Amino acid sequence: MDTLSAILVLGGLGVTLGLLLAFAARLFKAEADPRAGDITDLLPGINCGGCGYETCQAFAKELNAGQADAAGCPVGGQELAEKLSALLGVEMKEGLRLAVLVRCSGGVRARDKFQYEGIGDCHAAMRIGGGPKECPYGCVGLGSCVHACPFGAISVVDGVAVVDPERCTGCRLCVSSCPKHIIVPVPYHADVHIACSSLEKGGTLRKICDIGCLGCRICEKVCISGAVRVEDNCASIDFEKCSGCGDCAEKCPRKLIVDAKLDRGPRLMEG
Amino acid sequence: MTWQGLITLSLGAILIENFVLVKFLGICPFIGVSKKLDTALGMSMAVVFVMTVSSAATWAVQEFLLVPLGVEYMGMVAFILVIAALVQLVEMFLQKIAPALHKALGVYLPLITTNCAILGVAIINAENGSGFFESVLFAFLSGVGFSLALLLFCSIRARLEFSEHPEAFEGFPIALVTAGLLALAFTGFSSIRIF
Repeated sequence: MDTLSAILVLGGLGVTLGLLLAFAARLFKAEADPRAGDITDLLPGINCGGCGYETCQAFAKELNAGQADAAGCPVGGQELAEKLSALLGVEMKEGLRLAVLVRCSGGVRARDKFQYEGIGDCHAAMRIGGGPKECPYGCVGLGSCVHACPFGAISVVDGVAVVDPERCTGCRLCVSSCPKHIIVPVPYHADVHIACSSLEKGGTLRKICDIGCLGCRICEKVCISGAVRVEDNCASIDFEKCSGCGDCAEKCPRKLIVDAKLDRGPRLMEG
Repeated sequence: MTWQGLITLSLGAILIENFVLVKFLGICPFIGVSKKLDTALGMSMAVVFVMTVSSAATWAVQEFLLVPLGVEYMGMVAFILVIAALVQLVEMFLQKIAPALHKALGVYLPLITTNCAILGVAIINAENGSGFFESVLFAFLSGVGFSLALLLFCSIRARLEFSEHPEAFEGFPIALVTAGLLALAFTGFSSIRIF
């Protein structure tokens, strides 16, 4: 009798609750938005995080809710932005295509502090006396960013990481992978770049690097649009002001400044 | 219930008999989601909510089903069944009726369905033979106690990230040591005498 009532109670409870849930599932059925699936299909699906959301699916959800920008996906670029805008029925906003720049041109031109023969990873090398390069701001050249890039846009050329702007989607995964924090996002269409982040004084830097910025301010003086600025012994370009004339590249005594109009492929000029 | 009884119950549920740090129930979410304050907050809300709602349901099951039929020993199984179904039901309901609340509770709602802290409240209530109001209040206060412990621990862990500790203790080990110390601190409340 005891066993029977136990079975009946639990069985009855289970059946009742099951029926209740089945009924409730019908009653409270949330209408799935068919558009959400379409958006997810359009997105590249590599979950790089360049849009600021964790996954492509999360981005799709926000897009559908109208919270995210249709041009937010750096990987899909213009083409995807157009498709998404059409699907969502929103006005197309002109997106700024981004690429990244490794702000170092040192590599083999920068002195080594010691011969590093450990694991081929920049973070590992940094653990030993701050890395094998004399210059504390220079690229280690062991390619942590190369491994971080899902698009194969970065390669190490002559001991320094170089970004291929055609392949770069601006997802910025490499930015956080660099232990020296010298990879920065730049506009894809920017022509002139200064790839050095050294804050060392000119005299000191001259001893440890053959190409790095000495902070001589020649570029600042020749710039007609006031885009080049030298702060803390290092020149940088304000891309909003830069007209891309390339005067600074011509006048740079170290041949550090690169004018992409002359040389779109590899960033470095012949030294 | 007198106000003295209310204070006794609150102090008891929140501090003296804290679910996490004294009874050691619900350790999994305590360790698992205490890394970031916003996840801890979501979890706390979900625990308070589910504890309160489920204690009402389990009280009804105990009172009108198990006791009259003399099958109280089936309590644990029946409670799990009822709580699981209830949380599912509530989730569907919230998704339809209050999407904002559903989003705030998020993934934590189904996560804590089978949590031992939730079941613990139901069993403690059944053992004490508490009335409906007392059961629900105790469950709510226990949830508050859980939240208190979780948020305290979360804040400490945030500080822990920037503190210096032996490398071997990095991550969970140091978190567990901290949890132990926090539990030790809470044993101090056990000497409180109320009225």
